[in-house]
Amino acid sequence: MNQQVSSAGGAQNRTSIERRGDRELVVTRAFDAPPSMVYRAWSQAELFQRWWMPRSASGVSLVSCDMDVRTGGKYRLEFSAGGSDTMAFYGKYLEVVPNERIVWTNDEGEEGAVTTVTFEDQGGKTLLRFHEAYPSKEALEEALQGSAAALPEQLEQLDEFLSSIGE
Amino acid sequence: MVQYSSPPLDLSFAALSDATRRGIIDQLGRESASITSLADKFQMTLTGMKKHVQVLERAGLVVTQKVGRVRTCKLGKRGLEAEAEWIEAHRKLFEARFDALDEIISEMKQEGSDESAG
Repeated sequence: MNQQVSSAGGAQNRTSIERRGDRELVVTRAFDAPPSMVYRAWSQAELFQRWWMPRSASGVSLVSCDMDVRTGGKYRLEFSAGGSDTMAFYGKYLEVVPNERIVWTNDEGEEGAVTTVTFEDQGGKTLLRFHEAYPSKEALEEALQGSAAALPEQLEQLDEFLSSIGE
Repeated sequence: MVQYSSPPLDLSFAALSDATRRGIIDQLGRESASITSLADKFQMTLTGMKKHVQVLERAGLVVTQKVGRVRTCKLGKRGLEAEAEWIEAHRKLFEARFDALDEIISEMKQEGSDESAG
């Protein structure tokens, strides 16, 4: 069963998310720039770390970011939620085709996803697809719960909304 | 008609932090079932299953109804909402990310620096 959720409103470049089958999630978004530019913002650490963990994501900040974006290269990101504890995310690049696709592993957990991001040229604009394939349905659900837990404010709003429609 | 008030969300997450309980939600999403048949399906004792169902019930994810001697479980509204909620939270995270990426791309365009990375 596929579920697709898109942002409300008439935004020009909308982020949409789709669950495919039991183990896969696909996020798509169009950008008003050629693939080479979007790829640069994704593959250069000093640019990547400026957008990957936006301020709105509940006080979590990216404290370090090492990326060797080429086939066989490794990456490591460290996040902090304000305390002294940091959380590390790391893995390796399985396939890198500049301006077209990057495929990497997520090795910090037992059941990490393989993530593929593709940059498709659409007449000078870019259609970006971010695809996560998890080894099991449970692993995907863990990840979804994790991202939900990382966004308490929005969930509170959702919670209020859900209670308002309950009898 | 029972007054339904929404339990706090962290109760739901705690309830769903257990793989068996997530399995129960999944199972009840397909069809309602008695505690006995759930216990069989998950190869657990009746007491063990009752405990899991209680946790899910407290979180509003499952509702149970006793008819005669059989207690039937079905998904509560929260159970149906949970997955959609998680997916929406994930989408919001990406939307925030991609909005920030948009800003950076605008800056790059202003600098007129579209050389390919070397």
